[in-house]
Amino acid sequence: MRKILLWAPLMVFALLAGVLLRGLQSPESGTVPSKMVGRAAPDFVLPAAVPSHPGLARADLARGKPVLVNIFASWCVPCIAEMPVLLALKRQGVEIHGIAIRDKPEDVAAFLRDHGDPYARIGSDVSSQVQISFGSSGVPESFVIDGSGKIRLQHIGDIQQDDVPEILAALKAAQ
Amino acid sequence: MIAELGLGVLWLAAGLAVLQAVLGGLALRFPDRPDLGQAVRPVAIAQGVLVSFAMLALIYLFLVSDMSVKLVVANSHSEKPWLYKFAGTWGNHEGSMLLWVAILAVAGSGIALLERRVRPDTLIATLMAQGFIALGFYAFLLFSSNPFERVSPAPQDGNGLNPLLQDPGLAFHPPTLYLGYVGMSVAFSFAVGALLTRDVGPAFARAMRPWVLGAWVFLTLGITAGSYWAYYELGWGGWWFWDPVENASLMPWLAATALLHSVTVLATRDSLRAWTVMLAVVAFSMSMVGTFLVRSGILTSVHAFAVDPERGSFILALLFIYVGAALTLFALRIGTVREGTQFEPVSREAALVLNNLFLTVILGVVLIGTLYPLIAQSMGQQISIGPPYFNPAAGSVALLLIIAMVAGPLMRWRRDGLAAVAKRMALPLALGLVVIVLIRLMAPQIGLLPWLGLSVAALAAAGSVAPLWKRNLRRTPLFTWGMVVAHLGVAIALAGMATDSAFMKEKLVALGEGEATQVGPFSVRLVDVTPVIGPNWTALQGRMSAQRGSGAAFELLPQARNYSSPPTDTSEAAISTLWNGQLYAVLGKANGDGRWQVRLWWKPWVTLIWLGGALIAFGGVLSLIGRLWRERGLATPESGNA
Repeated sequence: MRKILLWAPLMVFALLAGVLLRGLQSPESGTVPSKMVGRAAPDFVLPAAVPSHPGLARADLARGKPVLVNIFASWCVPCIAEMPVLLALKRQGVEIHGIAIRDKPEDVAAFLRDHGDPYARIGSDVSSQVQISFGSSGVPESFVIDGSGKIRLQHIGDIQQDDVPEILAALKAAQ
Repeated sequence: MIAELGLGVLWLAAGLAVLQAVLGGLALRFPDRPDLGQAVRPVAIAQGVLVSFAMLALIYLFLVSDMSVKLVVANSHSEKPWLYKFAGTWGNHEGSMLLWVAILAVAGSGIALLERRVRPDTLIATLMAQGFIALGFYAFLLFSSNPFERVSPAPQDGNGLNPLLQDPGLAFHPPTLYLGYVGMSVAFSFAVGALLTRDVGPAFARAMRPWVLGAWVFLTLGITAGSYWAYYELGWGGWWFWDPVENASLMPWLAATALLHSVTVLATRDSLRAWTVMLAVVAFSMSMVGTFLVRSGILTSVHAFAVDPERGSFILALLFIYVGAALTLFALRIGTVREGTQFEPVSREAALVLNNLFLTVILGVVLIGTLYPLIAQSMGQQISIGPPYFNPAAGSVALLLIIAMVAGPLMRWRRDGLAAVAKRMALPLALGLVVIVLIRLMAPQIGLLPWLGLSVAALAAAGSVAPLWKRNLRRTPLFTWGMVVAHLGVAIALAGMATDSAFMKEKLVALGEGEATQVGPFSVRLVDVTPVIGPNWTALQGRMSAQRGSGAAFELLPQARNYSSPPTDTSEAAISTLWNGQLYAVLGKANGDGRWQVRLWWKPWVTLIWLGGALIAFGGVLSLIGRLWRERGLATPESGNA
């Protein structure tokens, strides 16, 4: 018994080394994807963020046509950077809905005026509750949602020109 | 030319490490050839001298900004202040590995020159083990991470150094930690040497103790300084984040603290033989695991700036060979080591065993918490583990540990009476209880852990000075003073941590110029925001005027800095230290409407954390001096207490 016990530290160490080796072979990616991808979008009803656009609710995401939901904020600089790409997507016929995070109506209106307006509807998520229920942790983030209200793709960070094919492919696949 | 010279000298040093290991092995195999053993010492000394020369050569290349050396190009810039050129030498993978092996070899020289107390064959075995350890790192440097590699054609200028690392703290933080890690390698080599020659006893413990103490002092300083660096440089307002790399330095410290206490039991009472050897192996393993976690970048962290699986594999292989071999030797040999002296369940030995047990549990908690994300990831899950796990799990055991820390020095060696111990503990215990009740009455809203933390801090503060009670202070040995100071430091640091987490006030607001806000007892006004220019950065600097009640106003100048090479944004927090805490301000992004995001913290008594850390290290220094003085040139069993 005592003999076996003396070998126990070596066994424990071998286990530790195994864990480290395993970790080495699969380096951590750093980004945490939403657990919501592949599931139905959460249930929500958001009031309008600006008078010019209607608000956004879960029902608007399940009308048979795939849509892009863009989580943004007027105080977010990368959101300005992705605006030209969103506008280009809109010109290609993509329906884009916005969720404005912790924002004020006048700020959102100024943002749309200065940087362009790709949105059909904009909901105001003052307390970030809907954003969290989407499994999103920051702005901007975008979600491709199919006609039945199911989340197909999550894009973390601003959409750049290089990301457009992936998004278009996901929208096409969602039809 | 200097680079080639440095590389040549490094090869020579590696050759000497081979010689040191082989000669040592032969000397142990053929005890009738004393000349073999006698050759080991000079070889170890020469190796230390040569590798120091290589290290100096690399420092020189950084100081003169020799842009034909790849490492200098990648990590330095001619416009950088000289201190950061100097520190840039080890602010990167290759340089820090060279520093590692340089300290290791110099420590080897130190053993060869100074150690006269252990049996000669144990000393030779120890130096042989040192040679083997150094050899692995030489191979690493020469075959996969050559710091002296040239680049042709030489570029105009270098890429700079990560601005987060351009801080006076960086000049001393890594070398301090490495001194600690390498000190653990000396303890490890002694343990291996003693196992090989079956010489696990008080003489071996006394030879190992100064190295453990010294390494432990450096680890304590390294952790304390690193914690303060993260606190003021990252601008997140916290002093400990349970970041994998912080844990990587905490784990060797926990093992070293346990080793420090068990080695004292072995030196004084000849007990805990197997356990002390085991702890020496564990402490060194944790240093290697720490180096591995930092260098391989398998866990996301601010420190892991060079992610490279190949380097990780190399360190992992070294870890596996050294620790695997040591543990195999342990399993084979420790059964043949005579059992040490016995002791009673109520005795100072027993209290120190309890202390070791608690430290080991905390070590396990931290190790599991640090590595669990890796395990989960291999099962397809992504999780991160933070304060909600570490604080209650490690914190609660730490409180028990600190109570044991108070009890230990108040107990007699070998056997003591429960009633007598309770009597000696009465005053500290009573004080702790009074504080428990007082806090309940005066601040019922604070959390359980800070509440107990403050009470235990009061208990420990009183208990740690109790060993001086009724003693002739002038005849009290220096190492007893060291223990008292270090234990008092623990109490003070704990008080700072508990106060900060219980009473800290935080505020995140958008302020325009001229607007004011309130945080804790302070009103803070943003006066203006202006651009300022530094040596290699530009910044927006907020001028804030803070005032407590109607007291005198003082200025805070937080900056949002932009470094040009490499282009990076950092935030420089403004920290105002007052007698009872710190006011901490960070200037964030512009809101776009002429206002700025401003983060403010009022952190009462937070400075006690680092003051306590410094006291712990100072206690270690006193103890080290006291031991060295008491044991100068002596080989007889010691008297007195620990």
